[in-house]
Amino acid sequence: MMYQHNFILRLRDVPRLIVMLSMCFVIMGTCATSMAETSKPPSDVDMNFRQDTVVDKPTVAVDSNSTADHSKFEELKQPFSSGPEVTKACLKCHTEAGHQFMKNIHWTWNYQNEKTGQLLGKKHLVNTFCTNARGNEGMCAQCHAGYGWKDETFDFTNQENIDCVVCHDRSGTYYKTPPSKGNKACSIMFEGKQPIQWSKVAQSSGLPARENCGGCHFYGGGGDGVKHGDLDSSLIHPDKKLDVHMDEAGLNFTCTNCHVTKKHIWAGSRYDVLAKDTEGTGKPGQRRDVATCESCHGLQPHPNNSLSSIKLNNHTDRIACQTCHIPTIARGGVATKTDWDWRTAGKTKNGEGYKEKNYTQGNGEHRATYKSIKGDFKYAENLVPHYAWFNGQMDYTTIDTKFDPAKESVNINRYVGSASDGQSRIWPFKQMRTVQPYDKGNNTLVYMHLWGNDENAYWGNYDFGKAIKAGMEKNNLPYSGEYDFVETYSYWPITHMVAPKEDALTCNECHARKGRMENLKGFYMPGRDSNYWLDLLGILAIIGTVFGVLAHGLIRVVMNKKRA
Amino acid sequence: MSQRYIMLFTRFERFWHWSQMLLIMILLFTGFAIHGFHQLLDFQTAVELHTVCAASLLILWIFAIFWHLTTGTWRHYVPTTNGLWKVAKFYAFGIFKGERHPYHKAYWRKHNPLQAISYLALKLFLFPAIWISGIAYLLYPLWAETSGGQLIWVAIFHTVIAFAILAFVIIHVYLLTTGHSFKAHVMPMINGFDKVELSSEEEAYLEKDEPGNIR
Repeated sequence: MMYQHNFILRLRDVPRLIVMLSMCFVIMGTCATSMAETSKPPSDVDMNFRQDTVVDKPTVAVDSNSTADHSKFEELKQPFSSGPEVTKACLKCHTEAGHQFMKNIHWTWNYQNEKTGQLLGKKHLVNTFCTNARGNEGMCAQCHAGYGWKDETFDFTNQENIDCVVCHDRSGTYYKTPPSKGNKACSIMFEGKQPIQWSKVAQSSGLPARENCGGCHFYGGGGDGVKHGDLDSSLIHPDKKLDVHMDEAGLNFTCTNCHVTKKHIWAGSRYDVLAKDTEGTGKPGQRRDVATCESCHGLQPHPNNSLSSIKLNNHTDRIACQTCHIPTIARGGVATKTDWDWRTAGKTKNGEGYKEKNYTQGNGEHRATYKSIKGDFKYAENLVPHYAWFNGQMDYTTIDTKFDPAKESVNINRYVGSASDGQSRIWPFKQMRTVQPYDKGNNTLVYMHLWGNDENAYWGNYDFGKAIKAGMEKNNLPYSGEYDFVETYSYWPITHMVAPKEDALTCNECHARKGRMENLKGFYMPGRDSNYWLDLLGILAIIGTVFGVLAHGLIRVVMNKKRA
Repeated sequence: MSQRYIMLFTRFERFWHWSQMLLIMILLFTGFAIHGFHQLLDFQTAVELHTVCAASLLILWIFAIFWHLTTGTWRHYVPTTNGLWKVAKFYAFGIFKGERHPYHKAYWRKHNPLQAISYLALKLFLFPAIWISGIAYLLYPLWAETSGGQLIWVAIFHTVIAFAILAFVIIHVYLLTTGHSFKAHVMPMINGFDKVELSSEEEAYLEKDEPGNIR
């Protein structure tokens, strides 16, 4: 089916076909279907970030109270020809923004957790998707808020390398492509775009809207909704059902309504989560440090006007708001990836890589269930989250963590918390299961060299051995030379797609024998828990009583008859 | 000495009895729903009903305690061993042989010794136990700052007492079938009049000063 379809497309465009076919032969046919799709407008939800924002719908309106109109600034009325030129102009007025932003994780991709001492951030972490950004910056750093990070030569001290417009472009015409071309066949996916009109983009500067942040955050993990489950492109124009705050016809929140900033540093970190906010709203204008629900809704968010509301307010110390108010994730018609098996990657048809798109998501788009470059995938929509006690601390299995592969699986990140520590609340998570390569000799995870225009890049040669060897060598890490696959899990705290209150969970969802909290331990929950022996003895006592009185009555009746 | 029908269960006592009966029934039903024994009510409704009924019953008990103390009716519940053995023996053996109930209700002693000691135990132990554990359960967020482990003991205790009260209810209802007739046992709690052994002085007093309370 798929090949017939491709064939028709190629007939329409013979010269292009010849070019492409020759490429296929040269590179042994990676990313074959992507090539075929270049002859029609790109609509691969897996790869095209900020897709169709220009032609599709108008950009998200931001209710700005700004006193400045950037289109009137003389400094911006010039023919810019590159990003750094625009940044230079920005910094003329925003004198401190550069220094401030350089401390931001969007720039550093580096985060040291003060509590655990672990070195985190995309610069270091191994994940359960494409496994590592490190060493693959030529592709992955298209979501770095800078210009041109493709290898270790990138200058993190040069302010002009900061990409201001990726967040502040309000024209909807700016886009990013991978910093390096990578394998020729793959780079075709990013070709054929209109050149960026730098002056127009610069003059449109304003506060970031959902589409700005979403340009990267909706596509984490390599495609729309792949990573988080509560962040995907459906949040660009959401209705109230999908997100009560971002509802386009209602409150129309942007991301920064909650993720408030102070000197270009955002509140709300996934690496160090504030799982239980005990401070609440604070004084007016005071709190710029958190993105918690409590920082707006307070510590008693339900009106204390009925028994049930009081009872709900009594839950807030043990249950995160998100647990009840985000009943399911991936609700907007965009699926989230739940399972990724790298073992099957590398299959080819006629020497070419290929895709199978056997999942059709709520909005009608087809999602790849197999890609030669990545393996097999499973998706879910309207997914009930995974629940766990969480005190905000995440422990990561990093590149240097040794593990025992004989154990069932490896948690790439492990939520910390318990019912009894007084710091934890029950939180919802998206659970992601992956089977990914590891170093069989050293029992550690591995960095893979996926992206590149060389013979070691997996996206080109389909050779795990070479890709791992190159990925490890590039970072001076030991590699035993033998790899195998290990089952891994990652957990993504859920906090977006807050439903209207009428869609919040009812008590029964959890207070039941087989409810959502079935597997949580360390506490007694009415409706779910009971003591087996107490129930048994209690029921026996009641049955005994009933039989006792029945027997007593029966003897009375029999004896009465005898006498009569 | 003669047997006469007199007003034994006054209006408040009857109101107390029947509203208490209704509340205890609802509490048992909703309580076992919260406990997870049945799903005939959704959890929220069960909790709301249970809480409202429990609060109502507490208020009723406060009134009842006040009533018992001020009217002197508490004396009916003073435990005695005098005749206790006879009554116990009657229910264990005599009742099968068609013997007559050994106890005759008196003006100031409407319960037989076994009845009095049972009701007293109910009022002094089971009821306080259920409402103390119930209040602790309800106000759990106020005392369980950091630990989720303690609620289980309150819940277990509360459930044990609930089973005991249910057993009491079953026996209580069964005992209505003993004696003359079911109706003869229930009617006094409806119209208040019960057959009681009166001394001639009591009879004379009631006929002269409280003619409405004697038939």
